[in-house]
Amino acid sequence: MSERATSVSPRADTESTPQDDTTAERTPVTTGAESVVRALENAGVEYAFGVQGGAIMPVYDALYDADIEHITMAHEQGASHAADAYGIVAGEPGVCLATSGPGATNLVTGIADADMDSDPMIALTGQVPTGMVGNDAFQETDTTGVTKPITKANTFASDPDTVGDEVGEAFALANTGRPGPTVVDLPKDVTLSDTSSTREPAPPKTPSTYEVRESADPDIVHKAARRIEASTRPTMLLGGGVIKGDATAEARAFAIEHEIPVVTTMPGLGAFPEDHELAMEMGGMHGTGYANMAITHCDTLIAVGTRFDDRLTGGIETFAPDAEVIHIDIDPAEISKNVHAEYPLVGDAATVLEQLTTEVRTAPKATKWRAQCQQWKSDYSMAYKTPDDEPLKPEFVVEALDEATSDRAIVTTGVGQHQMWACQYWTYTEPRTWISSHGLGTMGYGLPAAIGARLAADDDQEIVCFEGDGSFLMTIQELAVAVRENLDITVVVLNNEYIGMVRQWQDAFFEGRHSASEYNWCPEFDTLAEAFGAKGFRIDDYDEVAETVEAALEYDGPSVIDAHIDPHANVYPMVPSGGDNGQFALTEDQL
Amino acid sequence: MTGGLEGPPPEERPTPAGKRNELGIRIDPAVEAARPTRRTVISALVEHEPGVLSDVSGLFSRRQFNIESLTVGPTENDDQARITLVVEESDPGIEQIKKQLRKLIPVIAVRELEPDAMRRELALVKVNATRPDRVAAVADMFGGKTVDASPDTATVEITGARQKIDAAIEAFSQFGIREISRTGTTALARGTDDTATVEAQHTEQPTQHTVPADDD
Repeated sequence: MSERATSVSPRADTESTPQDDTTAERTPVTTGAESVVRALENAGVEYAFGVQGGAIMPVYDALYDADIEHITMAHEQGASHAADAYGIVAGEPGVCLATSGPGATNLVTGIADADMDSDPMIALTGQVPTGMVGNDAFQETDTTGVTKPITKANTFASDPDTVGDEVGEAFALANTGRPGPTVVDLPKDVTLSDTSSTREPAPPKTPSTYEVRESADPDIVHKAARRIEASTRPTMLLGGGVIKGDATAEARAFAIEHEIPVVTTMPGLGAFPEDHELAMEMGGMHGTGYANMAITHCDTLIAVGTRFDDRLTGGIETFAPDAEVIHIDIDPAEISKNVHAEYPLVGDAATVLEQLTTEVRTAPKATKWRAQCQQWKSDYSMAYKTPDDEPLKPEFVVEALDEATSDRAIVTTGVGQHQMWACQYWTYTEPRTWISSHGLGTMGYGLPAAIGARLAADDDQEIVCFEGDGSFLMTIQELAVAVRENLDITVVVLNNEYIGMVRQWQDAFFEGRHSASEYNWCPEFDTLAEAFGAKGFRIDDYDEVAETVEAALEYDGPSVIDAHIDPHANVYPMVPSGGDNGQFALTEDQL
Repeated sequence: MTGGLEGPPPEERPTPAGKRNELGIRIDPAVEAARPTRRTVISALVEHEPGVLSDVSGLFSRRQFNIESLTVGPTENDDQARITLVVEESDPGIEQIKKQLRKLIPVIAVRELEPDAMRRELALVKVNATRPDRVAAVADMFGGKTVDASPDTATVEITGARQKIDAAIEAFSQFGIREISRTGTTALARGTDDTATVEAQHTEQPTQHTVPADDD
């Protein structure tokens, strides 16, 4: 999926010939809506996620005959997250549809989520007829206005003859260069109207003003290589861009050839195998102690495809303060945005890593540094206790699922403590197996994401969705979709009857005042799952875990395990917001 | 509640020698970081299409860039418009503005203008016209002209650099100013130097242009 040219047709290489063949047999495009759907077909779209409604009806009518499978979601937010996760797993934009007004505004959270995480997604929204726009018509919202700050690009279609071209362009933009969400707003008159000719929409292509740089400035590559060779404490930091740019192989080869310890960001989980000795695993707020020690003490940080989010850096003043930074990113605006890069390498991650691989002639002399990193791995190893007189620990449940599934199993999560345990105690070894809401932190992301991931994944990949009790309740209605479509996913609710992360912060920073974080009642998620038609399980004790996990994974269809965990379990290590990564707390009294 | 994590506590860990400032730039920890701002003119050539102005203004509000004026108008090409921005930011801030502007899809080219670029503003100043001859005389001094006169008012048009217009407005205040309307700055590079060129975007070093106090 990584694009190597400045103006790109995403599927041109693979699809041009069959497309030409089938075009002749297809019914000609006669309306705006048919042109929209034809543009999606031409882009190779297999699935779309959405909810019907007045202003989008012409598009749905055209979908009726199309070779695209539409998944009707319970709520438009679910459609946006499903499309987002589909895009992450498939490496092609996920497609979501909604009607005007509330349909479009319900997509907004998912669009913002995709924007923060640079996920390829295209949202098609119905709009009131052009003549009524601006009159506060029924179900009218200024969708392009609302979504402007949270999209890579958006457009208001105004002509049935060009609307298909615009959809193709939005598709291409979503997946070219740094991926992101795009929106095409479709007024009902534009989709209903006849086109003036039966011309096929143009193949997906980015506009001429859009440029992507493929390879980095050779002069800076040369200087960065000298820096790496001279380094005695090198560390690589792999972000989500490594995975989205299909640069995992190049990044792994570079790190292993030069024996450089590797930290990943949260979106970067899976970019480097966590069972490798060079893996320092995830850095940042709830990253491993050893990852944060490596970042804090390195003299050269080779950062690839990361935007240096504050949850990773902690306080910027104490972030890798001894390090000269080599920053590889496809988006020039990320260079020196948060952390100054001495060696800015703008380009496609895989291409630039290949440039560096060619240019670096000798490995850094870092034997002592590697020994130090191994020492930190042993000093600060991730561990938890399972005393008999305390309730079930969440980490145990995460590890049980990891052990019972394949390396290619896909994990999706909501947001909160359960998400962090899923980061920390699952051993990620493959790209595109970790699907979460990183930047926006959207509670309820996990279940609709599992639905999207299921449809994009191979049949032999298990889909495990970790949710919290608070997070799960936000999108639980999508279970209806999972049952209707008979999707094989396993939801594991790490249920502590708290908004746990908030409760943890209240204990640490608000004198234990549990304002609006404590549930004194929670639904029985196993019975609720059964009511939806899914299979429900419940775990209270350690001796039930292995058996229940096995049964839930066996079940061919959606299953929900309501795992009642220690309500007081907390996520550590922890770097407090804006804190010094090297001063991470191992327990609450160290905060 | 017992956790399972062990290892040297924070106070027993080694600490690095270095430090960064709030811009993420490594600094000598002993030296306090200064962050001077400067005023500069950025010119953006854009597709002449609906929404592009809101793209640009939305970018400035969302990213909290400090903008002093923004003007937009057509160019020699019907399909293109030029947006001229006067901003006041630190050097890294100005670099971020340029990069973020370039990321907007309808933006064709972005350039920070040289200090010697031609920069002009227009002001319409409506004053009480008890002494029309003296109003005309002051307008003359600033190269302005009277564009409307009524029994009670005179409206004068002044063009020039900001400082000149500030001075003219001060001079007119003696007549009693009723209303003022000012445009922002519009600008072009001098001579054969192109105002908006599609430059090598990714390797350029931060420029150090500062607009002089007065360029007229």
